[in-house]
Amino acid sequence: MRPSPARLLNILVPVKRAVDYAVKIRVNPQQTGVDLNVKHSMNPFDEIAVEEAVRIRERLPKGSEPVNITALTIGPPKSIETLRTALAMGADTAIHVEIPESAPAPEPLGVAKAIRAIIEKHKDKEGVDMVILGKQSIDDDLGQTGQMIAGLLGWGQATYASKIDLNLEQKNAVVTREIDGGLEQVRVKFPMIITTDLRLNEPRYASLPNIMKAKKKPVTKLTPADLGVSFEPQMEILKVTEPPKRVGGAKVESVDELVEKLKAAGFNAV
Amino acid sequence: MLRTTQSRISLSSLHFRHSTPRAHCYRRAYATSYTSLSSRYETYYGGSIKTFYNSTLTGLSPAENEFREAVWEFSARVVKPKSEVIEREGGDSETHEYKTLIEVHKEMAEMGLHGVTVPTEDLTSSLGLGLSYTHHLLGMEAISYSSASLALSYGAHSNLCVNQLSRWGSDDQRAQWIPGLLDGTYIGALAMSETGAGSDVLGSMMTVAKKVDDGYVLNGNKFWITNGPKADVFVVYARDVVEPGAKQTYTTFLVPRTTPGFSTGKPLDKFGMRGSPTCELIFEDVFLPSTSVLGDPASLQGKGAKILMSGLDLERLVLSGGPLGIMQAAYDTAVDYVHQREQFGVRVGTIGSMQAKLAEMYTKVNTARTFVYAVARAVDYHNAEAQKQGLGPKDKGYTYPPFQRRDCAAAIMYATDKAIEVAMECMQCLGGNGYINDYPAARYLADARLYAVGAGTQEVRRWLIGREVNSDFE
Repeated sequence: MRPSPARLLNILVPVKRAVDYAVKIRVNPQQTGVDLNVKHSMNPFDEIAVEEAVRIRERLPKGSEPVNITALTIGPPKSIETLRTALAMGADTAIHVEIPESAPAPEPLGVAKAIRAIIEKHKDKEGVDMVILGKQSIDDDLGQTGQMIAGLLGWGQATYASKIDLNLEQKNAVVTREIDGGLEQVRVKFPMIITTDLRLNEPRYASLPNIMKAKKKPVTKLTPADLGVSFEPQMEILKVTEPPKRVGGAKVESVDELVEKLKAAGFNAV
Repeated sequence: MLRTTQSRISLSSLHFRHSTPRAHCYRRAYATSYTSLSSRYETYYGGSIKTFYNSTLTGLSPAENEFREAVWEFSARVVKPKSEVIEREGGDSETHEYKTLIEVHKEMAEMGLHGVTVPTEDLTSSLGLGLSYTHHLLGMEAISYSSASLALSYGAHSNLCVNQLSRWGSDDQRAQWIPGLLDGTYIGALAMSETGAGSDVLGSMMTVAKKVDDGYVLNGNKFWITNGPKADVFVVYARDVVEPGAKQTYTTFLVPRTTPGFSTGKPLDKFGMRGSPTCELIFEDVFLPSTSVLGDPASLQGKGAKILMSGLDLERLVLSGGPLGIMQAAYDTAVDYVHQREQFGVRVGTIGSMQAKLAEMYTKVNTARTFVYAVARAVDYHNAEAQKQGLGPKDKGYTYPPFQRRDCAAAIMYATDKAIEVAMECMQCLGGNGYINDYPAARYLADARLYAVGAGTQEVRRWLIGREVNSDFE
C-alpha cells in the first residue's frame, strides 16, 4: 500500500461577483447606488487570487502533498456563475453562501466573519492553510476584507502580494509586497492570509473543456444562518452621485492670451 | 492606423485601459452569462468586440449562452487582433505562408473548439466536448465575426473533416486521427467537388477508386478544396469502378497528405476569404490500403453517397454560422458608422433613407439568426432522441427527420442571401469609405459571397428545397 500523503495543502479563495470592468457605470435614478442590470464577472483581483492558487499547485514538484483549492463566494443566486469561473480556472470545490437578490451588498466585516466561520467549520476535517483573495474589489474599492480576516483569526498576513514563494517544509512563505517606493519581502507562517496585487500573475482563460468539467464539480450551498453570521450593514449610504461632467477646454493662440485668461479666471502671480 | 469606426471606439477605450499599469487586471477568464436589461450591446475582451447582437431573440439556454459568451470572448481576444494579418498572409501570392492561420488553429485547439460535436473521451481525446450542433454553430458564428477566412477553414476542419470522421470512422481511424485533429497538430479537409463536378457532384464525379488486391487505387482531381494547401488528412469521395449496367456506387476514403502519388496545386487566388487556403488536389495512382475506407470497409465500401449526403445537412447547418457572423459584423460596422458620421449637421443615421436601411438590416440579421438557430435546435433534438434509443448514423433503423434536409439547406440559403444584402448595405452606409479597403465593408461583402457558391450553390439549395417540398406529394 502506498503511504497516503500526510495531509492536503488547503487553499481557500474567496471571490466576488462584481459589475464587469468594461461596463460604463451609471448611477440609478434614486441615487442609492449604481445600475446593476448590467454584465457582471469575477472581480479581477480575485481572478488573480484563483490563478495564484492554481499556479501554487502547478509549481509543486510531482509527489508533494496534494493541493485542494476551494473557491468561496457570498452573494445572490447568480453568484454561482462566478464560482463556475473559478472552478473552470482550476479550483476543485466551491462554497456558495447564498443571500437574497434584494439583500444589500455585504460589507467587509460581515464577509470576514463569514470566512472565519467557514474556516472554523473546516478545522474539524483539514484546516485551511492559506486564504488568498483580491486586495480589493473593483465595485466598492473598500480593500479591507483580507486584513479583517487576519485580525479576527489572529493569523499572519501578507497584503498586496506581487510574488509568493512557498516553503512547504518550514510551513511558511516569503511574500514580496508592493509598497510605496518599492518592494518589501515578508516571511509569514502557515496559516496565513494573502491579498493579491495586480502584478502577481496574469490569470488564464478557461478552455471550453474546463468550463464543461467545472459544471460537474461540487458546490456546497450555505446560508448565513448555517454560519451564524449576519450581513446586516454597518454603514448607511446616504447618496450616490456621478462625478461632475468634464467641461471641454479651449485652445489659445498665444502666451499673452493664456496669461489674460488665467488672470480672468482668478489666477495671479504671487 | 485606425481602420474602422468600430475599432475607433474600441481602441479608444482600450487605450484608456491599457495605458495604465493595471492593464491586465481588467480582463476576465470568460464572460459570464447575464441578461442585458439596460445595456443594448455586448462587449468582449474589454471592447475588442462591441456588438449589437440581439441576445433576447436567440432562445438559447443558460448553458448555451454561457458557451456563446466564452467563444465570443475567445474571438475578441485571440482572433480579432490577428484577422488582418491572416488576410494579408493568405493574399500574398508569393509566399502563401498561412503562418498566423496555423498559429490560431493551435490556439483554437487549446480553447477546445475543434471537437465541439465529438463525443468526450471518444477513444482518444479528452478534447471532445460532446456538445450539440447548436454549440458548433455558435462557435462558427463567433469566429466568423472576427475572421470569416479563419472560420471557413475552421468549419472545413472541425465539421467537414472531424465531424465526418467522428461519426463514420472506425475505432482505429478515430484513434489514429482524432487526437491530433483536436489538439491542433493536424489540419483536416474534405474533398468532394471537382472542376467538372460542382452542383452535380456525384453524377459528374470523375475521381475513381479502382479495387485492387489489398486496397484501392485512386485517380483524378478535386477542386476548390478548403485547407487543401495545409491539411494533413483528407476525407475524399470517389466513384467506384462498377460492372457496366450496375448501379454506380461511391466510397469515402481517408487520405493522409504523405500518401505517394498525392499532391496539391498552388493556392487559388480568390475574390474573398483570402486568408483561407484553397487549392486543387491531384491523385495519380494513389494506392490506399483497405483500412483507408472511412469506417469499416465491409459495411461502408460503396456507401460513399450515403456518407456524403448525411454530412451535407450538418455542413450546411454549421456553416450557416459563417454568414450569420459576417452579417452581424457588417451590421455593427454600419450602425456605428452612421452614428459617427455627420452631414447636414446631423448624424446620418437619423436621416430617413438611412433609417430605412437600418430597419432592413436589423430585421434581416435577426430573422436569419432566429431561423438558423431554430433549425439547429430541431437537428439537435432529433440527435438527442436517437441517442436515447442508442442509435447513431451507422446503425440500421437510424432515420433522418423529414424536414432536416430542406431546413438545413434553407438555413444556409437564407442566411447567405441576407448576409450578402446586409454586407452590400453596410458598404452603402459607409459611403465612399465603404469602397476603401481600410474599412472592412468590402471584405464583408467578398467574404459573404463565398457562401453563395461554397459548400453548394444557392441554386442547388433552392432546387433541393423545392424537390423536398414536392416530395411531400409523392
